[in-house]
Amino acid sequence: MEKLINITVVDREGKEHRLEAPTDMNMNMMELCKSYELPVEGTCGGMAMCASCQMYVLTDHVPIERSYDEQAMLDEAWHVEENSRLGCQIKLTNELEGLKVQLAPHVEEDSDDDW
Amino acid sequence: MIETDIIIIGAGPVGLFTVFEAGLLKLRCHLIDALPIPGGQCSEIYPKKPIYDIPGIPEILAGDLVNNLLKQIEPFKPGFTLGDPAIDIEETANNQFIVTTRDGIKHKAPNIAIAGGLGVFIPRKPPVPELKQFEGKGVEYIIKDPEDYRGKNVVISGGGDSALDWAIFLADGVAEKVTLIHRSQSFRAHPDSVQKAMDMAGSGKINMLMDAEVKSIGGNGKLSDIHVKTKTDGNITLNADSWLPLFGLTPRLGPIANWGLLIEKNAIRVDNSTDYTTNREGIYAIGDVNTYPGKLKLILCGFHEATMMVQSAFKRIYPDKKNVLKYTTVSGINGFE
Repeated sequence: MEKLINITVVDREGKEHRLEAPTDMNMNMMELCKSYELPVEGTCGGMAMCASCQMYVLTDHVPIERSYDEQAMLDEAWHVEENSRLGCQIKLTNELEGLKVQLAPHVEEDSDDDW
Repeated sequence: MIETDIIIIGAGPVGLFTVFEAGLLKLRCHLIDALPIPGGQCSEIYPKKPIYDIPGIPEILAGDLVNNLLKQIEPFKPGFTLGDPAIDIEETANNQFIVTTRDGIKHKAPNIAIAGGLGVFIPRKPPVPELKQFEGKGVEYIIKDPEDYRGKNVVISGGGDSALDWAIFLADGVAEKVTLIHRSQSFRAHPDSVQKAMDMAGSGKINMLMDAEVKSIGGNGKLSDIHVKTKTDGNITLNADSWLPLFGLTPRLGPIANWGLLIEKNAIRVDNSTDYTTNREGIYAIGDVNTYPGKLKLILCGFHEATMMVQSAFKRIYPDKKNVLKYTTVSGINGFE
C-alpha cells in the first residue's frame, strides 16, 4: 500500500510548500522537489557531485550525518551551514513525517560572456 | 571551412551514437564540444560511476561506455572540434547552416543535431565579491599554459583532483610558491594525489591551508592580495600573483538559448511525434537537451532519438533517394575510407 508523508519545503522567496511524499518509490528530497517543480536543479542526477540541491534541515528529523562524498561536495560548495545537506542524499522514509527544509541560495555562475 | 552532412553539437553519448546511425545511412558527421574530451557528462561528471540501464549491458562505467561508443563509430571517421564551444548558427541562402565556434572555426552542413546535454560546462566560481574585476588580471579558472605561472606566487583553491593535480604540478619546479587552500581536512580526489600533496606540504613545497577559505581579494588593477579566513589562525592575507579557484565545472544552457529555438524549462522543445526537429527546419535536438511531453532524460532514450533523427536528416539531403532500413546483422558495417 502506498505510504505518504508530509514534508514542508521553504523556497528561496520564503514561501512554504507542503508536499505529500511517497516513501515506497525510492525517492530522495531532491527528486521530490523536482517532482513538485520546485527550483532544485539536481544537475548531477543525485550522485552528490554538484551541490545544486543543497538544503537546510530546519527540523530534527534528519541527523546531520553526511556521507564521505556528500561532505566532500559540501566542502566545495557555497553558503554551507551546519544544517546543510544535499537533498539527493536524504532518502524519503516514514521517519521523515513532518520534516521541514529550506532551499539554499541559488548560485548564479555569472558567466554569460565566458563561452 | 569544415563541410559535412550533419554537424553534431555535443560529443556526449547521444552525439557519439548519432555518428553511428548516420554512418549506416552513409552520412558523415562532425562533432563540436566545449569540453576538450568526448563523452560529455559521462566523462566530465561521472566517468567512474556505473550505468545499469543500457540494454544488453548489465553494468558499465560511464567512461567505458564513452570508449565503447568511440570504438563503435570509428569506421565512420567522424571529425571533432573539441575544447571549443559552438557559439553561432547562421543559415545560408541555399539551406545550409554554418556553425561557428568560440575560436572562430566554421563548420558547414545541411543539418544540425544539437545533442548538447545540459549545455556548456563552465567553471564554478566562488562567491567572492571582487572576483569579476580580477578575472584575467590574476584570477583564472582554467590553466591554459602552465608556463604562465613559472616563477610566480600562485594560490589555488579547491579540494578535488583538479586543484590537487595543479598544485602538485606547479609546485614541482614551475611556480616560485604554491599555496593550496581548502575548506576542510579531507579531499575529494584520487588518494595518490592526496598523499603526494600531503608529502609536498610536509617538505615545504606546498603551503597547505586547510579549514580555510578565500573571502575577498584585492590589488591595484592586478591581483596582489588574497584574504583568507582560517579556522585556527583567524583572518590572514596572502600575497599572490595568481589565484586559481578550481572548483570543477557546472553546465549552463549558454549560447544554445540564442539560436532562435523554442526553449522550455531550460531545454529545446522538439516534435517527438516525428523526427525530433526543433522549430527551425534542419536543426534537430536529441538527448538531454530536448524536451517534449513525457520526456525522459536517459541515454537510452537519446539513442532512440538519434536513430529517428538521422532518417529525417537523410531525407532532407536526398529527398528523392530510395532508402530502406538496414539490419547490421545482414549488411555489416560499411565504414568510410
